[in-house]
Amino acid sequence: MSASELSELTLLELASKLGKRELSSVEATSACLARTEEVDPKIKAFLRVDARGALAAAEASDSRRKRNASAGLLDGVPIGLKDIFLTEGLETTCGSRILEGFVPPYDATVVKLLKEAGLPILGKLNQDEFAMGSSTEGSAFFPSRNPWDLERTPGGSSGGSAAAVAAREVFGALGTDTGGSIRQPAALTNTVGLKPTYGRVSRFGVIAFASSLDQVGPIARTVGDATALLQILAVHDPRDSTSARLPAPDYLRELEGGVAGMKLGVPREYFVEGMDPEVEKAVRAAAQAFEKLGATIVDVSLPHTKYALATYYLIAPAEASSNLARYDGVRYGLRAKSAKSLREMYFQTRAAGFGPEVKRRIMLGTYALSAGYYDAYYLKAQKVRTLIRQDFTAAFEKVDAILSPTSPTPAFKLGEKLDDPLAMYLVDVFTLPCNLAGLPGMSLPCGFTRAGLPIGLQILGKHFDEARVLRIGRAFEREHDFHRRRPPL
Amino acid sequence: MPASDYQPVIGLEVHAQLLTRSKIFCGCSTEFGAPPNHNTCPVCLGMPGVLPVLNRRVVEFAIRAGLALGCTIRKTSIWSRKNYFYPDLPKGYQITQYDQPICEGGKLAIEVRGEEREIRIRRIHMEEDAGKSVHDPSGGDSLVDLNRAGVPLLEIVSEPDLRSSEEAGEYLKALRDVLVYLGINDGNMEEGSFRCDANVSVMRKGTAELGQRTELKNMNSFRFVRQAIDYEIARQVEVIESGGKVVQETRLWDTQRNETRAMRSKEDAHDYRYFPEPDLPPLHVSDQLIDSVSHTVPELPRAKVRRFQSQYGLPPYEVKILCAERPLADYFEACAQHYRDYPKLAHWFVGELLRLLKEEGGSVSTLRFTPVQFASLLGLIDNGEISASSAKEVFAEMFRTGKDPSAIVSERGLAQVSDSALIESLVNEVLAKNAEEVEKYRSGRKQVFGFLVGQVMKAMKGKGNPALVNELLRKKLE
Repeated sequence: MSASELSELTLLELASKLGKRELSSVEATSACLARTEEVDPKIKAFLRVDARGALAAAEASDSRRKRNASAGLLDGVPIGLKDIFLTEGLETTCGSRILEGFVPPYDATVVKLLKEAGLPILGKLNQDEFAMGSSTEGSAFFPSRNPWDLERTPGGSSGGSAAAVAAREVFGALGTDTGGSIRQPAALTNTVGLKPTYGRVSRFGVIAFASSLDQVGPIARTVGDATALLQILAVHDPRDSTSARLPAPDYLRELEGGVAGMKLGVPREYFVEGMDPEVEKAVRAAAQAFEKLGATIVDVSLPHTKYALATYYLIAPAEASSNLARYDGVRYGLRAKSAKSLREMYFQTRAAGFGPEVKRRIMLGTYALSAGYYDAYYLKAQKVRTLIRQDFTAAFEKVDAILSPTSPTPAFKLGEKLDDPLAMYLVDVFTLPCNLAGLPGMSLPCGFTRAGLPIGLQILGKHFDEARVLRIGRAFEREHDFHRRRPPL
Repeated sequence: MPASDYQPVIGLEVHAQLLTRSKIFCGCSTEFGAPPNHNTCPVCLGMPGVLPVLNRRVVEFAIRAGLALGCTIRKTSIWSRKNYFYPDLPKGYQITQYDQPICEGGKLAIEVRGEEREIRIRRIHMEEDAGKSVHDPSGGDSLVDLNRAGVPLLEIVSEPDLRSSEEAGEYLKALRDVLVYLGINDGNMEEGSFRCDANVSVMRKGTAELGQRTELKNMNSFRFVRQAIDYEIARQVEVIESGGKVVQETRLWDTQRNETRAMRSKEDAHDYRYFPEPDLPPLHVSDQLIDSVSHTVPELPRAKVRRFQSQYGLPPYEVKILCAERPLADYFEACAQHYRDYPKLAHWFVGELLRLLKEEGGSVSTLRFTPVQFASLLGLIDNGEISASSAKEVFAEMFRTGKDPSAIVSERGLAQVSDSALIESLVNEVLAKNAEEVEKYRSGRKQVFGFLVGQVMKAMKGKGNPALVNELLRKKLE
């Protein structure tokens, strides 16, 4: 099999070939490394490639396969990790100067799970600093580029993960999603991105941005591939007190069930003015496709949607301002060298270590929590958050899942929104209500613009109803071939 | 106006380290005295990505304290983050409880000058301790030891019901006794496992208007608490009397100068930006848990004192000593099962047992002899088999070796001699040798009797039955 044929395999196809020993993990991993060496100078998806670690894991996997002692379905499938996941012995920066050179003393729970399942980790993928951003332009190191148009962003904050998957550098990747950071880059790169229910996947060892919103999930080329990765991740973790004790179902077994008889809601508030008409057209067409597959499309209303952005930009920065207090130069990471007092050490370290967007959010959050403002901002936002959650609860009494665009526009140009934070925040307008409500959400390819840019369809489900979200996505994917298209690299 | 026209108003905030084996949010040891930063892990070091997992034992201890102090236990309480920067606070915030603490509204009875008062307790909440910063006095580096970071604390806040430093001291002692009795705190103020801050204000007597308060810190002994409060009361009265105003501020007790010094004013006060801790779900406490914890609340110090007085008929002074520590009181009761002369038993506890524990070290829990052996020693005295002074010697050896008292008596030949023929012959010898003293006695100088007894006992190497010696000697003399 040629290298390019190999890189066109989906994650599950590769797993099947590894299982039949038609291919070795070392071959697959080497192919990924070669592909990365070839295209990543253009894509800039990786912050760090760990060739030695990945090949060692691949060899170990091959030897398990030889002994018929495979660690599971995906044993030997190489993947990439957003740099937000702590990897023992492998530098982890979260896209920030303040953690440059930080080598974690432990593995995040999800990293441990992937290693135990035998997946070689190719390296760490680019992201907006501390996951704050929607374009990877917030990375302290460099922006990543969209494989479909190198002048454009792959989205963010898990932009490196999405770009690497779209560019066939990896078979799958892990991202995190606080307000859309898995789904939006997936939509912009023609990949599948799943944000599970809050509590479904452990956050232990995942660098915190906004603790009540952060969730880990897979980015892959197909719904099935994302499903297989979720199966590894969806485990209760006693080290995360917000981790659900609910056992995960066998997601793959339920995947092909189709949508016949399902009611799918289309919220009128998600088709707003200023939305790209090509995006709207593709999403409406997707809804019609579901009708043809036997689903009923139901008009639903989520009346508090218009407050989601404001709510999010109070709660997320408030939590972030506290979560990021630990980067103080005392124990790890950057410490200002010339400081002469404790105050100077704090000020200089944090001034030099954090980028402008991170500073902006720390200030926003600090303000929202301050004495005299807490009730008007943070507390009010929590109340609105409850209303947003109730909107979904009411809608889910009528429908099994909700369809919407993932992003109001296709990939925008690098630099386009860099000087306008508000415009950048608006990119996530359709994705962040899902985080506020703690629901599972997925983006999958549903079309292209005339200019050839991918469009994503978002499917939102009930709490812990990932199986249904995936099944709906799979039903659509089976009837379309958007996901098979290859970026013009 | 004289100082006596002012009424001090005092409230105390106590921080008590809980005697759990591991920290509140990770599995690290809470042991005191380990090398710096030895008892740490990524969680209590505040590494990126870590999350807290609540130690259930801390909740049980908090409920135990709440029940003992008559508090209401909240069925749902909330964890909050208190945000501030300091090098010994690894995460940049402390996980604590803010507006919904686990325990609310209790009380603690204290006794001041024979009068009982009830001091109301506003709340008790759980939180994590910070680490320790060590500053090089020569102005060099500061060093941080995070062994203490994450050690569980209870913060116990009184209402401003205390009216003098004396009352404050009694409240603190009573509170410490309760916590130590509950087995949840070691009560050590010097090592900082029992710490106290005081809110102090003064108001004119006869008015209802409360004065401005100051917060006092850095008082690491009972004496310092009393001294600092007294100093602060006098200072505030002086400020008011000289036409000034007390300002709201935090003041430190300076043990070198014996005065309180302003640390930070209200304007410099931290804005802690409290908000609910998103990494920990609300804490739900079931009735079942409260019920099971209630069975672990022992008899409390004041109740025990009252019972010891009535049940054993002991004087207040000895009861206070016996009940000062639960293990000693428990041991007394174990001995009392086997020995009925309680005043005598108490006398031996207070006189001999505590003396030996003090001189030779050790604690009640590590005694080498059993209550039965202790009782049998006292029985040997009652039966006239050994003298009281020999019994002390036997007791000292029991203390060291744990040997049976009768074995020690026979090994050392301490058995008392009650052979009246032998004693009579020795009495005769002594009288013959001391004709002069006999003459004095008979001429009315009865005090030489003691000297003559001593001579007989000396001849018997101290083993003579003193009652018999007395009796025979008196018979011969008269």
